[in-house]
Amino acid sequence: MDGNTAVAHVAYRINEVCAIFPITPSSPMAELADEWAAAGIRNIWGNIPVIQQMQSEGGAAGALHGALQAGALTTTFTASQGLLLMIPNMFKIAGELTASVFHVAARSVATQGLSIFGDHSDVMATRSTGFALFSSGSVQEAHDAALIAEVATLKSRVPFLHFFDGFRTSHEVNTLSLLSDSDLRAMIDDALVRAHRARALNPEHPFIRGTSQNPDTFFQGRESVNPFYRAVPEIVQKAMDDFAALAGRRYRLFDYEGAADAERVLVLMGSGAETARETAAALRQKGEKVGVVQVRLFRPFSAAHFLDALPATCQSLAVLEQTKEPGAPGEPLYLDLVAALADAFSCGRRAGMPKVIGGRYGLSSKDFNPAMAKAVFDELKKPEPKRSFTVGIIDDVCGTSLDLDPSYAIERDDVVRALFYGLGADGTVGANKNSVKIIAEQAGFYAQGYFVYDSHKSGAQTLSHLRFGPQPIHSPYLIGSANFVACHHFPFLLRQDILRLAAPGATFLLNSPYGPHQVWNRLPRSVQRQIIEKRLRFFVIDASRVAREVGLKNRTNTVLQTAFFAISGVLPRDEAIAEIKNSIRKTYGAKGEKVVQQNFKAVDDTLSRLYEVKVPLVPTSGFDRPPPVPANAPKFVREVTAMMLEGRGDEIPVSLLPVDGTFPSGTAAWEKRDIADEVPLWRPELCIQCGACSFVCPHSVIRAKYYDEGRLQNAPAAFKSAPVNARGYPEVRYSLAFYIEDCTGCGVCIEACPAKSPAEPGVKAINLEAKAQMLEAERANLAFFEELPVNDRARVDFANVRGVQFLEPLFEFSGACAGCGETPYLKLLSQLFGDRMMVANATGCSSIYGANLPVTPWSRNHEGRGPAWSNSLFEDAAEFGLGFRLAADKHLDLARERLKSLSRDIGEDAVDAILKAPQIQESEIRAQRARVAELKGKLLRMAERDEKARDLLSVVDHLVRRSIWIVGGDGWAYDIGYGGLDHVLSTGRNVNILVLDTEVYSNTGGQASKATPLGAIAKFAAAGKRVARKDLALQAIAYGNVYVAQIAMGANPQQTLQAFREAEAYEGPSLILAYSHCIAHGFDLRYGMKQQDLATASGYWPLFRYNPAMRRVGENPFRLDSPRPTIPLRDYAYNELRYHALALAHPSEAEKLLIEAQAAVVEKYKTYEALASRQNGGQAARRPASSRAARPLLMNGRERHGP
Amino acid sequence: MDLRTRYLGLDLSSPIVAAASPLTGEVDNIRRLEDMGAGAVVLPSLFEEEIEQNEQTIERLSTAGIESYAEALTYFPAAASCRTGCERYQELVGRARSAVDMPIFGSLNAKSERGWVDYARAIEAAGAQAIELNLHFIPMDPSLSGREVEERYRGIVKAVKNAVTIPVAAKLGPYFSAMGHMAGELFAAGADGLVLFNRFYEPDIDLAELSLSPHLDLSTASEIRLPLLWIGILAGRGAGSLAASSGVESADEVVKYLLAGADVVMTASALIRHGVGHMRALVDGLRTWLAARNLDALDAIRGSLCQREAADPTAFERANYVKI
Repeated sequence: MDGNTAVAHVAYRINEVCAIFPITPSSPMAELADEWAAAGIRNIWGNIPVIQQMQSEGGAAGALHGALQAGALTTTFTASQGLLLMIPNMFKIAGELTASVFHVAARSVATQGLSIFGDHSDVMATRSTGFALFSSGSVQEAHDAALIAEVATLKSRVPFLHFFDGFRTSHEVNTLSLLSDSDLRAMIDDALVRAHRARALNPEHPFIRGTSQNPDTFFQGRESVNPFYRAVPEIVQKAMDDFAALAGRRYRLFDYEGAADAERVLVLMGSGAETARETAAALRQKGEKVGVVQVRLFRPFSAAHFLDALPATCQSLAVLEQTKEPGAPGEPLYLDLVAALADAFSCGRRAGMPKVIGGRYGLSSKDFNPAMAKAVFDELKKPEPKRSFTVGIIDDVCGTSLDLDPSYAIERDDVVRALFYGLGADGTVGANKNSVKIIAEQAGFYAQGYFVYDSHKSGAQTLSHLRFGPQPIHSPYLIGSANFVACHHFPFLLRQDILRLAAPGATFLLNSPYGPHQVWNRLPRSVQRQIIEKRLRFFVIDASRVAREVGLKNRTNTVLQTAFFAISGVLPRDEAIAEIKNSIRKTYGAKGEKVVQQNFKAVDDTLSRLYEVKVPLVPTSGFDRPPPVPANAPKFVREVTAMMLEGRGDEIPVSLLPVDGTFPSGTAAWEKRDIADEVPLWRPELCIQCGACSFVCPHSVIRAKYYDEGRLQNAPAAFKSAPVNARGYPEVRYSLAFYIEDCTGCGVCIEACPAKSPAEPGVKAINLEAKAQMLEAERANLAFFEELPVNDRARVDFANVRGVQFLEPLFEFSGACAGCGETPYLKLLSQLFGDRMMVANATGCSSIYGANLPVTPWSRNHEGRGPAWSNSLFEDAAEFGLGFRLAADKHLDLARERLKSLSRDIGEDAVDAILKAPQIQESEIRAQRARVAELKGKLLRMAERDEKARDLLSVVDHLVRRSIWIVGGDGWAYDIGYGGLDHVLSTGRNVNILVLDTEVYSNTGGQASKATPLGAIAKFAAAGKRVARKDLALQAIAYGNVYVAQIAMGANPQQTLQAFREAEAYEGPSLILAYSHCIAHGFDLRYGMKQQDLATASGYWPLFRYNPAMRRVGENPFRLDSPRPTIPLRDYAYNELRYHALALAHPSEAEKLLIEAQAAVVEKYKTYEALASRQNGGQAARRPASSRAARPLLMNGRERHGP
Repeated sequence: MDLRTRYLGLDLSSPIVAAASPLTGEVDNIRRLEDMGAGAVVLPSLFEEEIEQNEQTIERLSTAGIESYAEALTYFPAAASCRTGCERYQELVGRARSAVDMPIFGSLNAKSERGWVDYARAIEAAGAQAIELNLHFIPMDPSLSGREVEERYRGIVKAVKNAVTIPVAAKLGPYFSAMGHMAGELFAAGADGLVLFNRFYEPDIDLAELSLSPHLDLSTASEIRLPLLWIGILAGRGAGSLAASSGVESADEVVKYLLAGADVVMTASALIRHGVGHMRALVDGLRTWLAARNLDALDAIRGSLCQREAADPTAFERANYVKI
């Protein structure tokens, strides 16, 4: 069981209300609570807790506060920014002495960058709220602490924040002794529960709580709680003692473990304490006098208990913290301990003052291993140890970091340490979790699993760290020396040093398409060398083939799990196979007999297809792993990005990283992930050059150019082209190019291609073909294509899909899911406005695939211009983007003023031309760019002597119309950011808001939002959503001066294009709701655009544009762009698992909801039709505009168009 | 008017049975069919292949992209990957049983031996009063002999009969070289009744898409001849029940089948074509026909024109040579 599940198991059973909101890494606790409630599981009082999702963590805290005040036992689960949003309520809850426990999977707070990983910076930000801060350091401890905290809060009335390390504990799978309901009943005193209820607001005996207080009484009121806080430490210790009597696991407020006469002591909280204890034990065996204090109750801080725990012999003390407070004299725990020791010394309670140093470790889940713990113990030996040190990084700027001995290891010999390199979604992680479960269930065996994921949502690498042994495993750090290494994806051998962590004599299992006699010569030389030098036993299996042959497609999990058990010797082979089969029956039994039988067959076939390779005496390969990026990559990419790509980011020193989180654009182009087996191949003779394929491509891998045919003289033999199919350009050729090493093979382009071969059924103008054969030729073709001139933006027809294909995409090769429904919109945005666009991106999928290191997909055009992108928070993207607008407007005004004041020097005509230039059409933008370039030249010449010229130069770029875009998902727009979004719309400022509406919180794994449709299941709506989605468009339309469009690229790409252009041209706020199919909808995303079309055809997602500017010409501003529904909702909805699953699980309920949903669709369509047929300005009402008869843009005149 | 009928050892209030079709998948329709005078209802077939495909699709979709990215280790609540198909079918059987008094028959089309047995048991466990085996099998392997095909049919019936205690009917296609012998073999294997005949999906070609498309036309009255022939030949031999299926458009076809010796007459196409209310027209038509001849019970005419009872039994054999 993992830490989140372990905590949720207790929290769910001893609470009545849970107010929830998703945030990594705490979301699984809330998801489990919702699922258990949906399944009717009861708490220890026999009732089903109410699980209420809120619009934000702030909302969750408010609802929780209310439920507490109304007397319910209430909890919540959160982390990081979510916890910060709860702070105002936390002050109130604590100020009112209200019993409650918050469970926090502690996570970094975003600073120079966001991080989803674990440290204590969020918890430390709540120090002054008055909550007790209670720490646990392992899966078992977290489980136990959840109960102890609840007991203590009921007794003390002080609210508790129980925290454990995000990911390291929340996601670690470990052996757990589960507390039973009767254990919980024994610990929870019902009299205290009733006392909690008795303190609730009740009109039968009313009182007022939450007064507004004045200088005369507020201060005293704050001090009135002191006795409650003073009582907390003893109450917690009593609860711990009672718990020990019940469960046999003993805890103390400050747990000391080590030599009774320890001279050097480490003090820390969380999972790092286990590592420190293991290390101290190893050092003690060598005679060192060391020990470790694990802090469990950090607040209220009990100096007395700490001093009791610390051996009197301690001469030097290092306080290790997973947080950083820039500018502080030390981190919080350090300061507390120094104060406690100094106070004890000054009052005579302690004879001497040990040397105390503080340091930081493990920020953002940076691994904290025994070598690091030892480095700290060693530092304490020094006469002048570093006072504010870091451990685990190389700080070559301020020299804070401690030197390590990376070879130091204390792993026990009887522990099997296994590493598995898997390809995301291949089942490796699931299989390993299953292996942990199998082994943990064997008497006398203990198991631990921890899983590391990379930054991509498609084609990601997973690395599983598994330990198995006869003793409980207390090693919460990554495996540094593995005696079993499995590589489940052959191409990884060419990307990373997979055997770097293999111990001498280890076993190496490779999933290989090459058999035992062929594989050796397919290995890079360095891999061969390591196999020989480390004397590895080397096994191969073609797991992909075995899986395919039994019908499991790319799910190689069962095959490779079987192979692991067959050769690792963790369990006797026959016993292991039997257990795997038992486990298959348990895991897949609910999914049907066929799946069970397929997996059984996979197990049996594995054993006969697993081969040991006879290892030659010397390396024979003439090739080796290529460098991660080519030599012509920019310096930063070569020095920094490449290290991250190779999995060596931990080795990057401080000096190489930007000081303020500023990273170069467009580095995704240097990461060739090469993840697709099949990629598009073009048939120019069939192609109608419509541009549909490049328009819909989620990863921007399809590019088009037209060019003079004379340029083909130097083309590679395999380079393809066709005469451009526009009249009047006889010597112009057209080519499509494919970045196949960046392609995910999603097939969306294939489905979008309308050109079918009349002679070859099923063949289109582009078709998926095996990549391996074409790779070399396509690389050469692409290199030639890149040399062809970029088509002139001023000559490209922006008004239709066909024209857009010739515009450079400035959002390319993101790590989004294969077939993502969001990214085509962003790519289009970047093509249309990218060279003058600023993007304020809400946290979510789009901020993650948009800027999750190592690489950045927002890029630059051939002139060096491109989108300027930033992310502030999840909740404030609209406000953040409005800030862009305010600054841009201010600086535009400033530039215009300065320009006017310099008109004599610049030339009045030139100034006039710049100030009066229209800037709507691209040709007008290009003309303005030329004017501004000329102006810059003049200003540079004037700058030395003219202050005003220098000043104008600093803001001159604003003279080219700037396009401000606010981008985010529905979780942001409908829920957490709605207040801000609404306010920004109300300002009338010229910002463009693009909502990538997947109808769920996609990034955190598909939790329901207010955009989730009626009748669909989602996390937090496991029983199906009961209310229809919010009509955000109508809400915005109500303002009257907001441009609003609802679009679906797959239903009508032309309308999408038109809406983007109109929104950008509209001098006021614009809101575009873009239907975005998503992996969380549960269908094959290859058909994403088709499904969008069905959404519109069913009337579920009508297309429309509301353009207030139309009023000025006496027209109805509302244009309905899609026809009346032509298919029933069922024909759209039941293609998706989110609807279909409910129909399978609860057919009658699903049917009822579908009928309601269908009725809602009909009703909504009537509303839109009524809007579309309204008269305006004396004009006759119009029928809904067809897609082809859409209204022209509000633009002046035609552009000059190329072919 | 006494329309009572015995079929598969069960008492039915009427000889007209709603055959398996999408209509019988809705409990409201089943209720109406009973109200309109149907004697029993055969639920739509449970297709093993469909269940497997559903299971695999749901497994694939619910696990797509999981355990790949740290923030989204799954995308659906666990309930999304629940077992599909069979439980749903069982639920339909249960709901249908509680909605009406007339017998409810399950229908099964499996593809594996284990599937026939397991799903038949599941249908019995859900409360179906009989099972119709929808033996839809096209021997596409040219090396497969007729004998092997027959053995396959026999084996399925035997296996299911051994697995369940409720009556079992076999619904067959007509494509056997010796239909009479085959029928005897199936009765010998334990079948309690035969349903003659099954109609198969036959592919068509979509010229616009240049692809094959599955196709099944609703039956018409002209299609009753072949089943009528074999019902007539097999009736009255006492081996088991006979149900006539195909081509029942009006009460005329019902009467013809009954005269030929069918115990029950099944219809799906007419109900789909005219709606569930058409059952009333069939039942009333049968009553009218009997009343017009002053008959007050069905038994008086059932099988009166079967081969064994016919005044000229050779008419069945010579049918092919008579000039029309």
